[in-house]
Amino acid sequence: MSQEPSGIFDMLGPIMIGPSSSHTAGVVRIGRVAHFLLGGPPEEARILFYNSFAMTYKGHGSDKAVIAGLMGFAVDDERIRDAISIAESTGLHYAFEPVISSAKNHPNTLVIYVKRGDQELTIEGISRGGGLILISSIDELHTNFTGQLPTLIVRAQDVRGAVAFLAAILTYDGVNIATLTVSRRAKDDMALQVYELDEPLREASLAYIRHLPWVRAVHLLPPV
Amino acid sequence: MRLESFAGWRRMAEERGMPLWRVVLEYEMHQKGRTEGEIWARLAQVYAVMRDAVETGLREPRQTQSGLVRDTGKKLLGATLHVLSPEFTLLLAYATAAKETNACMGRVVAAPTAGASGILPGIYTFLSKHHQVSDQTLYEAMLIGAGVALIIEQKASIAGAVGGCQAETGTAAAMGAAGIVYALGGDISQIFESVALTIMNMLGLICDPVAGLVELPCVKRNGSAVVIAAAAAQMALSGDTAVIPVDEMVVAMGEVGAAMDTRFKETALGGTAATPTAQAIARRIWPDAELVRREDPPE
Ligand code: SF4
Repeated sequence: MSQEPSGIFDMLGPIMIGPSSSHTAGVVRIGRVAHFLLGGPPEEARILFYNSFAMTYKGHGSDKAVIAGLMGFAVDDERIRDAISIAESTGLHYAFEPVISSAKNHPNTLVIYVKRGDQELTIEGISRGGGLILISSIDELHTNFTGQLPTLIVRAQDVRGAVAFLAAILTYDGVNIATLTVSRRAKDDMALQVYELDEPLREASLAYIRHLPWVRAVHLLPPV
Repeated sequence: MRLESFAGWRRMAEERGMPLWRVVLEYEMHQKGRTEGEIWARLAQVYAVMRDAVETGLREPRQTQSGLVRDTGKKLLGATLHVLSPEFTLLLAYATAAKETNACMGRVVAAPTAGASGILPGIYTFLSKHHQVSDQTLYEAMLIGAGVALIIEQKASIAGAVGGCQAETGTAAAMGAAGIVYALGGDISQIFESVALTIMNMLGLICDPVAGLVELPCVKRNGSAVVIAAAAAQMALSGDTAVIPVDEMVVAMGEVGAAMDTRFKETALGGTAATPTAQAIARRIWPDAELVRREDPPE
């Protein structure tokens, strides 16, 4: 959690669709992360609302909020209220499941499984209150980012020197790294690198990273 | 540059010979690297969303999904009997209408939070319509309000889950009171007295939302909070003082919030939320615990 002092538009803002910053705005933002990682709205979605969310998601419109986020709507988009019927009209298949689990220790946790074409994605997010979020895993690999900054997400083979190599590219672009998390899974040698950046990197650098043989997928997530 | 106390804020304003709002403007430019032009443009945008929230709340039929809140603003707008004056009833109508817009999944400004999002729109709409305060003056009042909230956030809290409802509707009311006094020509001392008086009058208010929804008592409290803000502003503008300096009242607010039982901090376990009727409402609204899947990790 950042110690950066608040600004006046934290006090006079955010501009958002109600009713709740944690149950509506935060949930839209988690859905939007999935939207950008998938490169568009999903065709199928299954959303697990955990713990406190399991009991309260409906009354706060979190169901509409998560679908709105998956459609790519921003937190102040008035279509959030009608997101479910809009998504249905585009042919989205979706299901909600409330779950109580002691394995999830934040009261407001949700897990999203989505499919688009031949792509599949699972993300876990936490709505921390005040519209702030934390993405805690992608495809079951642990991570930790807030969606407030441009975020470079690289899924790649776990090769030696990969982090130093990518950090050098960012440095060459003059981009400052605010945070970096790396995690990996032994079974298929997949690693997830997540860089929160002070400014986005160049399109050309992104294309270069995408074509590295050991890189499986690269996304530059805009602030959600 | 920091904005940590009311005394410090006054000192900066007096030393640099600038109005209170300009100190806040410079804080934002310095802290967030924004230009003055960007800040005014954003304030105008925030103000437009606030005015819209009032207007849609008064115009469109309003009912929340739970049915707990219905057309509060419109009922007040249609009132023919006025306890104080028609303007007083309108002030209530504006604030509750904007807060209802929030409860009904409309667009609002969380100022400082979504729960309190009717209070500043109610006050600014009132100042604009009934005192012909210019938009520019209202933007300056908004900067002053933001300064008030920034200090409260550091010394107490602006979140119901941390400090109870005094932190949400209380902070919004204090921001609003300062805005009223500024817009109607009060000086720095009077602005700060209105903040101290508002905090004094909202101290101890608990957060007890029925069924955990940001609806009841929230909508009603957005109404009562503008009345307290107006009362505090009236006292300050008439030359009355809180006696206790505003910085000390903010500390008191933090102390009360810290000592407040967690039942009274957004958990829906105490106060209004714990009444038998509220419990019955909660049972009606939320799914059976049976329907919720339990998933426990292997030992
Ligand atoms: S009762 Fe709680 S949720 Fe409602 S406005 Fe007050 S602090 Fe916010």
